[in-house]
Amino acid sequence: MTVATTTNTLVGLLVRHADDNTILCQRLGEYVSGAPELEEDLAVANVALDHVGVAMHLYEYAAELDGGEASMDNYAMLRSEREFTNALLVEQPNVDFAHVVARGFFFDVYQTLLWAQLSASTDERLAGIAARAFKEATYHLRHSRAWMLRLGDGTAESHRRVQAAVDAVWRFTGELFVAVDADSELVAEGIGADVAALKPEFDRIVDATLEEATLVRPSDPYQATGGRSGMHTEHLGHLLAEMQWMQRTYPGATW
Amino acid sequence: MAVEHQVQFDRTIEADEKIEPRDWMPDGYRSTLIRQIAQHAHSEVIGMQPEANWITRAPTLLRKAILIAKVQDEAGHGLYLYSATETLGISRDELQEMLHSGRQKYSSIFNYPTLSWADIGAIGWLVDGAAIVNQIMLQGTSYGPYSRAMVRICKEESFHARQGYAILMALAKGTDEQKAMLQDAIDRWWWPSLMMFGPHDSDSTHTEQSMEWKIKRISNDDLRQMYVDQTVPQAHYLGCSVPDPDLHFDEESGHWNFGAIDWDEFWTVVKGNGPMNRERINHKTKVWDDGAWVREAAVAYAEKQASRSTKIA
Repeated sequence: MTVATTTNTLVGLLVRHADDNTILCQRLGEYVSGAPELEEDLAVANVALDHVGVAMHLYEYAAELDGGEASMDNYAMLRSEREFTNALLVEQPNVDFAHVVARGFFFDVYQTLLWAQLSASTDERLAGIAARAFKEATYHLRHSRAWMLRLGDGTAESHRRVQAAVDAVWRFTGELFVAVDADSELVAEGIGADVAALKPEFDRIVDATLEEATLVRPSDPYQATGGRSGMHTEHLGHLLAEMQWMQRTYPGATW
Repeated sequence: MAVEHQVQFDRTIEADEKIEPRDWMPDGYRSTLIRQIAQHAHSEVIGMQPEANWITRAPTLLRKAILIAKVQDEAGHGLYLYSATETLGISRDELQEMLHSGRQKYSSIFNYPTLSWADIGAIGWLVDGAAIVNQIMLQGTSYGPYSRAMVRICKEESFHARQGYAILMALAKGTDEQKAMLQDAIDRWWWPSLMMFGPHDSDSTHTEQSMEWKIKRISNDDLRQMYVDQTVPQAHYLGCSVPDPDLHFDEESGHWNFGAIDWDEFWTVVKGNGPMNRERINHKTKVWDDGAWVREAAVAYAEKQASRSTKIA
């Protein structure tokens, strides 16, 4: 099915953020029972659960605004790659624990700033969802930042691995702060967040953490974009094939 | 001295009071508990695998969220039970090593594969349901830390069993394909879940001594009968049958009589030749080995921090 996301810019905003959380939940879901110790399996599951919880609230709100056939699960389970508007960062594969940590860290910094701003949204319902999400993101950031430090300033091997992970995902961080044109009105009305304005604070937190972790900020200025307009890396298609398999195989069934 | 200790221990058991970690206990009591609680902890952890197998394919976001929460609970139960085992003077690393080398076991039920979404419901309803019957009994076990762990774990397990049954109810009300999926899952999980209670009392090597020590309060066969009695009507309520042609209700005793258990299958799986034994342990050891550098980094970082704070002080 096609969900009419363009008819309502707020729907577009809600779905975009929900897509981020859904896709990262899916990646973390792949990793449950694969973490280096039981405490981390628990933490990974916990973070994944928070992400899907926020996604459900956002999709639910979007579906109400969208009307018609739109529903939480239709957004998640019945849209194609080109219709997903998640950032490229969250669809990147787990690779190893260092990649899970680095990807999570950059995303967590972004989300704490995003939800902090959206919790002051003039749209009360969005503000409520954001306030809850902010609390969770703060906890996620504390966790991922602690691991950035442990891995960066741990052993030679952990340092090498986490630096490699930072280098690998760095090019997907810029997109998080690229404003979506359709949002300008929402930002002007105080509903949406001015994501570009969050970048200096992101840089400050990231630089301070990398320095403390004895890691180097990648010098390559190249930044990939496209996720917000449905131009994804090839990873997303496989992720969706797995996530949507049941709904695609048994159309119309109730679970 | 040893005699006084034994008398005190016997009195505590006799009075239905709890043995605590600092109390004297017979070596056999300690080793039995280590074996049993560790096996329970390992089962929670290995049991994460067949369920995590469906996290990425859960049919709706809500089902996905509930399943993640359940697997997270199991990791928590594992941690809690490892802590209870550590009170008996053995380390988590040693327990982990014994699991990987096959010297300690986990519940054989997790050596069966989860082949459809219905299996996630069947694990919640049948497997966690069987675990609850056993664990309710273990709330009254004589070792304090184990008993208290069971009280806490039982609460969460009953939520798991309910969510499992809810998954199956949705299938029972669904399409023909969903109903077939449901019946197939029951057909595959029924007998293995009956085997979860272990060998017949007459063949159980540990039962008699464990009952005397009040580690175990109800025998394998009695627990199994309780389980069958509560579960058969639930299967019928789903509009399903259980794969046992000999099953019938005995009006006189008020119990469901069931057919002979295939003990050859039971021992085959216990001895390592079930459908998924190798995969479960291989996954566990691979993850553990792959994560060595992470655990080493955490230790190295903690040591650096400690030496830094010493220098500052």
